[in-house]
Amino acid sequence: MNIVKKPGLSITNIILFISIGILVIFVAFPVLLILFNAFFGGGTLNVKDIVSVVSNPETYQALLNSVFIASGTTLFSTIVGTFFAWLVTRTDLPFKGFMKIVFLVPFMLPSFIGAIAWKMLLNPRAGYINRFFMDTLGFSDPVFNIYSYLGMMLVETMYLFPFVFIQVSGALERMDPTLEESARISGAGLFTITRKITIPLVLPSVISGALLIMLYSMAHFGTVAVLGMEHGIFNIPTLIYEKIHASAGNFQSIRTATVLASVLIISAACIIWLQRKVLGSGKYQIIGGKSFRPVELKLRGLRYPLLFICLGYIAFTILLPTLTIFLVGGLKTYGLPFTMENLSLANYHFVLFEWQLTKDAIFNSVTLGFAAAVITMFAGVMISYVLVKMKVRGKGILEFLGVLPFSVPGSVIALGVILAWSGKFGINLYNTVWIILVAYIARYMAFSLQANKAALSQVHDSLMEAAQACGATMGQTLKDIVLPLVRPGMLSAFFLIFLPALRELTVSVMLYSPATRTLGVAIYTLNEDGETVYSAALAGIALIIIVLGQLFIKKVLGAKQQ
Amino acid sequence: MSYIKLVDVTKKFGEVIAVNNLNFEIGEGECFSMLGPSGCGKTTTLRMIAGFEDIDDGEIYAGDKTLSSKKRGYYLPPEKRDFGMVFQAFAVWPHLSVYENVAFPLKLKKLKREEIVQRTNDALKHTNLLDAAKKSPADLSGGGKQRVALARALAINPKVMLLDEPLSSLDPHLREEMRFEIKDLQKHYGFAIVYVTHDQSEAMALSDRILVMKLGVVQQIDSPLKVYNEPANKFVFSFIGLSNFLNVSVSDKGIKTKDSGIVSYPKYPIDDALKTQKDIVLASRPSEIGFLSEGGIPGILKRKSFLGEIIDYAVDVNGAEIRIQKGRKEPGPNTGETCHLDFYHPHWYSCND
Repeated sequence: MNIVKKPGLSITNIILFISIGILVIFVAFPVLLILFNAFFGGGTLNVKDIVSVVSNPETYQALLNSVFIASGTTLFSTIVGTFFAWLVTRTDLPFKGFMKIVFLVPFMLPSFIGAIAWKMLLNPRAGYINRFFMDTLGFSDPVFNIYSYLGMMLVETMYLFPFVFIQVSGALERMDPTLEESARISGAGLFTITRKITIPLVLPSVISGALLIMLYSMAHFGTVAVLGMEHGIFNIPTLIYEKIHASAGNFQSIRTATVLASVLIISAACIIWLQRKVLGSGKYQIIGGKSFRPVELKLRGLRYPLLFICLGYIAFTILLPTLTIFLVGGLKTYGLPFTMENLSLANYHFVLFEWQLTKDAIFNSVTLGFAAAVITMFAGVMISYVLVKMKVRGKGILEFLGVLPFSVPGSVIALGVILAWSGKFGINLYNTVWIILVAYIARYMAFSLQANKAALSQVHDSLMEAAQACGATMGQTLKDIVLPLVRPGMLSAFFLIFLPALRELTVSVMLYSPATRTLGVAIYTLNEDGETVYSAALAGIALIIIVLGQLFIKKVLGAKQQ
Repeated sequence: MSYIKLVDVTKKFGEVIAVNNLNFEIGEGECFSMLGPSGCGKTTTLRMIAGFEDIDDGEIYAGDKTLSSKKRGYYLPPEKRDFGMVFQAFAVWPHLSVYENVAFPLKLKKLKREEIVQRTNDALKHTNLLDAAKKSPADLSGGGKQRVALARALAINPKVMLLDEPLSSLDPHLREEMRFEIKDLQKHYGFAIVYVTHDQSEAMALSDRILVMKLGVVQQIDSPLKVYNEPANKFVFSFIGLSNFLNVSVSDKGIKTKDSGIVSYPKYPIDDALKTQKDIVLASRPSEIGFLSEGGIPGILKRKSFLGEIIDYAVDVNGAEIRIQKGRKEPGPNTGETCHLDFYHPHWYSCND
């Protein structure tokens, strides 16, 4: 494009400055404050202090726990995700199309609700499954204790394995089948091909998915908060939460929290860097030209047993916990058996229409999610436009800042906004709903950037040049050509933010005040306070909202594509 | 001596018959091309020979070995057929070096280490890849990748090489170069080639015999010269080069178009079988039509384009466009003029082909 350079502020420069400003204020500033507080807490760089914080047994243990739980979760999820991905793409498993969709369902479900359900099922003394084995089958000991490292790893695995599943099944589907066929004609059997060709070729996708899980699990709050905290098992985010909540503003606690958050920031940055390196190695361009269907492994006698395993997995990890939530939500008192006279819709009615606390929580989550989605969507379009389309000096800074939102976990953002917006810098949003909104914008900026960048890079420059050649001004080109083409990207950005924000816990749990509970916080705190049936009823309602929302998106986005 | 033999081979995809009752033989060391538009069943046929597709009827043999037989319910998997194969999208493994790619089939054969080294280097030498042996194939150009694929396919010294549009991912100038390389390799190693392509000039340049297919049915199997000079039907004629078709009616005295007088063609008699039909098709190449000062079949010149060495004329004959190509120095009519066409090498086909 031929833009005449004018001295001073041009429109492009203003847009660039606004974009940089948004990312600096919402993301970079809070993160820098954390790092600054951690490393220069006393005014100068104080390594000894950091060492003493980290070597404090409590912090040290939390760091270890985060790494340990994340490693276990990553290992299990990678095995489960890769196995199912292979099964639905490379074998003649029955109902493959259906199974492929079903394996993505855990993505929709909030894992802390899952953790609450598993607590009800596998609590060593009161869990329904344990009770069934001890009371009915006469076992002397509970079959499984969910309040354990293994329990937390398994619960996280149930909800995180789709990260690997999506990456690997995508790679297996896009992979040029002739890569495997040429190995076959070279004399390799299916086993050799899988070992020597297929696995090495999809390994980058497997690793990339595994790293995502590692990142997510290390910074994951919900499961450990529900299953670990009351039994003294803390990871980094739960310890940050404990420090912030236990000691409102105590210097040493804030310091410990910032050091923990810095560890998260640094490990997240490393993981993201590693992941980009693995995926970026152009060596693995394995997408080919014309191709027939890939060779399907005939499972023969194993077809139905394997289908049964898949269905059993789904029933056990998705249906059973969901059903438990809904049933417990219907009980008069937690602990009663599930009989008709004990079950009613009274709790659901109560939390939906009568109880101010839960009504407020639902209202807060819907409005917060909506506001965050709208703001972040528009900010994301603008920033992505600068990143993808504009040729302007100083873009490098924006590119660097644009990566930042991807590598900042929720608990870090929450801590950062507390440091930034608690009055120290003239604005005090603490204990208001606005601080949660600010944090949501920072947290979900990455989703918006991703969706909008993808949509914008589809719009080739020549489409805009053609409009200008027809006599359209820059503004008209944007309005009539670019916007209609990126609208699907904006729409998907909106929903990518709105739905997760509805069920959000990690950020809001650190920022809520009694008047600003979100849906996630309400479910979590009610459960902690022993209001199990109300917590379950509210969780049930959250699940219904999430599923309806997901169906709605599918309908809207599906209709748009036709 | 024939080596590959297909007997009554049929393949269905659901209700669609992809290949219908195919019969042909390929000799040892022969280069045999399968030519046709996309969806004609040529790639499916190659994949049945390779073993990637099972057959729904018939039998396939290689030498005295049965590869597939519906009757006996026998099917030999591709990894046991000992063919070399090259695919359109190269299909070289990016996680292995060039050397490892080529050595892969030899290692699977559990040969002695020295033999693997020697045969791999031999294959690399003949494909001019010795210098690139340690590189990753991802760092090579398209032509380089395809050479790796060729080297890998010929490392086991197969009796038959299956090539599935191996040149169509390459730049046009590279394509011609690689054609000759493939021919040279064949001369050196002596393998037979089964070559799938939709490019008729590629098929002509390479093959000893060409099979032309349409919708799963064989149209003609002949030498390139014969396929070009004596196409078996209207489809083959149109597929093999730039072509003109004119509907004419026949009588004892000669032929006529709707508006022309009767033109007699004593030198190129029409088949007796076609004479019994009233309406037939006159087919002709642009270079096999001349301008007469009078007589012949009349038409009006619509367009005259100078293409450098040749001039391209488009003549309207009763609504049909006839293309004629003449050398730039030969005289010809001007746009808008009436001209008289002499089809001096006509082919006659039934309207129903």
